[in-house]
Amino acid sequence: MENANIMIDGINLIVKRGKTILDIATENGIYIPNLCHHPDLVPSGNCRMCMVEVEGMRGQIIACKTPVEDGMIIRTESQEISLIRQTTLELIHANHTQDCTNCYKNNQCKLQEVTAYVGVDEKRLNSLRRTKPIIEEDESNPFFTLDHNKCIMCGICIRTCDEVQGTNALDYGYRGFETVVSTFGNRPIKESVCESCGECVVRCPVGALYPKEEKLPTREIKSICVYCGIGCNIYFGIRDNKLVSAKGDGDSIVNKGRLCVKGRFGYKFVNHPERLTKPLIKKNAEFVEVDWEEALDLVAKKFASSKGEKFATLSSAKIPNEDNYVIQKFTRAVMGTNTIDHCARLCHAPTVAGLVQSFGSGAMTNSIDEFTNASTIFSIGSNTTAAHPIIGLHIKEAKRRGAKIIVANPKEIDLCRFADIHLQQLPGTDVVLLMGMMKVVVDENLEDSEFIKERCENYDEFIKSLNEFDLDTCEKITRVPKEKIIEAARLYATNKPSSLIFAMGITQHSHGTDNVLAISNLAQLTGSVGKESSGVNPLRGQNNVQGACDLGALPNVYPGYQKVTAPEVQEKFEKYWEVKLNPDNGLTHTEIFDQIEKGQIKSLYQVGENPVLSEADANHVKKALDKLDFFVVQDIFFTETAKYADVILPATSFAEKDGTFTNTERRVQRVRKLVESPGEAKDDWWITCEIAKRLGGSGFKYNTAEDIMNEINEVTPIYGGIKYNRIDEVGLQWPCPDENHPGTKFLHKDRFSRQGGKGKFFPLTYKASVELPDKEYPLILTTDRSLYHFHTSTMSRRVKGLESLNKEELLLINPWDANQMNLKNGEFVTVKSRRGTVRVKTNITEICPKGVVSLTFHFHETPTNELTICAIDPVSKIPETKVCAIKVEKIDHK
Amino acid sequence: MERSEILKQFEPANENMLNILHALQNNNSQNYLSEEDLKIAANYLNTTYSHIYGVATYYTMFSLKPRGKYIIRVCNSPVCYMENSTKVIEKIKEFLSIEVGETTDDKRFTLELSECLGRCGKAPGMMINEDVIGNLDTVDFKSIFDNYN
Repeated sequence: MENANIMIDGINLIVKRGKTILDIATENGIYIPNLCHHPDLVPSGNCRMCMVEVEGMRGQIIACKTPVEDGMIIRTESQEISLIRQTTLELIHANHTQDCTNCYKNNQCKLQEVTAYVGVDEKRLNSLRRTKPIIEEDESNPFFTLDHNKCIMCGICIRTCDEVQGTNALDYGYRGFETVVSTFGNRPIKESVCESCGECVVRCPVGALYPKEEKLPTREIKSICVYCGIGCNIYFGIRDNKLVSAKGDGDSIVNKGRLCVKGRFGYKFVNHPERLTKPLIKKNAEFVEVDWEEALDLVAKKFASSKGEKFATLSSAKIPNEDNYVIQKFTRAVMGTNTIDHCARLCHAPTVAGLVQSFGSGAMTNSIDEFTNASTIFSIGSNTTAAHPIIGLHIKEAKRRGAKIIVANPKEIDLCRFADIHLQQLPGTDVVLLMGMMKVVVDENLEDSEFIKERCENYDEFIKSLNEFDLDTCEKITRVPKEKIIEAARLYATNKPSSLIFAMGITQHSHGTDNVLAISNLAQLTGSVGKESSGVNPLRGQNNVQGACDLGALPNVYPGYQKVTAPEVQEKFEKYWEVKLNPDNGLTHTEIFDQIEKGQIKSLYQVGENPVLSEADANHVKKALDKLDFFVVQDIFFTETAKYADVILPATSFAEKDGTFTNTERRVQRVRKLVESPGEAKDDWWITCEIAKRLGGSGFKYNTAEDIMNEINEVTPIYGGIKYNRIDEVGLQWPCPDENHPGTKFLHKDRFSRQGGKGKFFPLTYKASVELPDKEYPLILTTDRSLYHFHTSTMSRRVKGLESLNKEELLLINPWDANQMNLKNGEFVTVKSRRGTVRVKTNITEICPKGVVSLTFHFHETPTNELTICAIDPVSKIPETKVCAIKVEKIDHK
Repeated sequence: MERSEILKQFEPANENMLNILHALQNNNSQNYLSEEDLKIAANYLNTTYSHIYGVATYYTMFSLKPRGKYIIRVCNSPVCYMENSTKVIEKIKEFLSIEVGETTDDKRFTLELSECLGRCGKAPGMMINEDVIGNLDTVDFKSIFDNYN
């Protein structure tokens, strides 16, 4: 029997079994006071406020932990209950600062609410009250304060840190009157393992944990986070044309209300005084403020003389779909070239190249919320909890539900805490590791023969190539013990549904496309693709990198991945845009800089990028930029690259414009204008349209971002049915060909989107990374990301709190290697490669294995990409930023 | 003994946490649980650092500060109190020149208070490590402490 008949306070109710008395009462509008309950958390029953009486049961029952049963007659009030609640409440008040008017939570306080209902006996309370020494507030965290004096020991913060975040920075410490919520060693929060996500702050029922520098907003508007590709839904609080708060949208399927430190606190760059507010033109080597007319006229005049192959555009993965559409239309229709690219070239180009060949589509095959129901999650080459923290939470949730986690990463990343198996392969040996796993699958007959037969092709060719990968060779090359390879292969192949996650660790190699193909081989071999909670999931790094690719900011495809070289596609766009189009593929990101250096490309139009820090072999980029005749930078801040510009055009940030971002699970979501733009900053699409109009371009007369989306609908089949009115609340996942289509939750169900509908296996061989360590440069440098920063940190380092949590680059190096060079922890060293030298402090840690060191590229003081090598994957043209050879030298201080 | 040797004597199960902490504390030359001890125990038991810290701070028999070779635990329960344990504590404090909770400069003794030791017939009483000593109102502390080097 699913339902139960119960009675609460004389009201008959028919309710679902399995829920607790408190849940049922709350759902039916019956108030039972409670302090330690939170709907996101497992009930702990420690506050003793939700006591009720049930006929036939002895004494008082805790409503939050007791499931309803048929025939229960429940009373939420009686004289005895009232007395117990009062006394318990008085004991809490006895230890609680009575300073409500001075409290952040005044009027929103759960203790006030319960006290108003339960009441206290002042006389008795006064006799209980004790003079407790005031504990100093913990102000160490830049984003929030912990005031022990207001803590009511409900444990919600402790349970949140455990159940929601999996970080476990907090627990109860000490005993009796001395009990406090404590970190390990009772040190300040900033010195603990706390990740500053603020989930505890949001849930604290009283004013014990409260945000700093946050004002009460006068209104809230929902928009999308601008950091990674997950696309968390956030209600931004606005007051006096400033962003003052951020709160996760609890109804969002993407983040379920949760946010990471960047999402919750990282919006503050929007209000930063260094925002660009006026167009700037370089006159006599100095930037001078000019009005828009002058700047646009100059840009148009210069661009007019460098049309066709003298021109290149670098678009942006940070700006909305509409802006990307307009920018690629401008490049193709007005400038007559397909040479437009963006930083997806440096992150997921091999994913698109590889997965299009094997599956027919280069996007995540599943939705984010499907991870929680996977039985095995295999994360390879992804520092998920740092780069995609909310997907990290989905993985941790899956783990709590019993899923097995396999992590393949050269370093012992944070996610390894949750891993059942950690495969610590040497950087650049992923093909060998994956092929080794496939060898095990085939040798032990664990493959999904039916899936292979029905849905895939080229299997026999692929099988032959497996011979090269016997496990002893695999162990030798990857350094992963073969037992672990076997164990991982068995788990992935048998404990289904299995979901595979990957990111830059797979793609940023000179054989990046092979890595991706190896992944698609493994998924097809085990039948782990095209199903719910089972697939191949590249995690996109930037908020709209998926959208920038979708909308054709790529040199070989028009919007919707329609090939530039296909005559019928060209004809279609020529007809729609009423202009003759170039039939040849354009140049890629890396090729653009080569051609600039060779003098072929004279003018560069760059929107929202910072290649001086983000491009491999950055010194090469700087040299190239110096050679340009005319360089236009369109951005929100004066970046390291902007220095090289002739004209700088100030653009609006995500908070000042309407549009859409497409997240990593192909969900197109609405970005909304929250505040007015600073100074004269303008929307990117407006700026590009103005340039286009001055160059005689037709079809650039849009009034709103929605006008542009309407045009996108008509020329982009996968976006055909994505209308603003449909995505007002919840975004739609492409493919969504028409207005009645519900969107696509997971790809390749029943049939792959490849031509012919079948998935394709690819035979592979091992190709070593281009630059391996040798005597002179004995260490492998690999690159990573920090939780607290994003990309080249143009935004995140302008958020004071993020900067204070991670303010400098650190070279992660294994104690063994450090010992060889007699290095001390925290001392400055020089790191040299064949291309450049940087100076950086050491962090001696076993996170890195012997022979491998790691840097991020967030800090302009330590431009890591001056070290990396621009060895290029022949298919996707991505540079090999994950492996190069370096040496570390001690600085002689004498 | 190496910490790993100690851990090997126990199954990595939560119910062994207190025994493990005791064993690590006894093994520590300074008679306390260092942060390293706690971290190693937490890793072994697959629990979190904050949790094991909570457990270690809850129980008074664990110390998170370095202590002397010998722990003096003077009983401070009602019976000993009525038999003038306060005076005894004062005398020991004076004799060793330390306050309750402190350690002598030569790292020999740490003075602590304790709940009832079950030797009320010989009140006031104390323990020095495993030895119980009663009738403290009559003893000569010098001769007692000289036995512990």
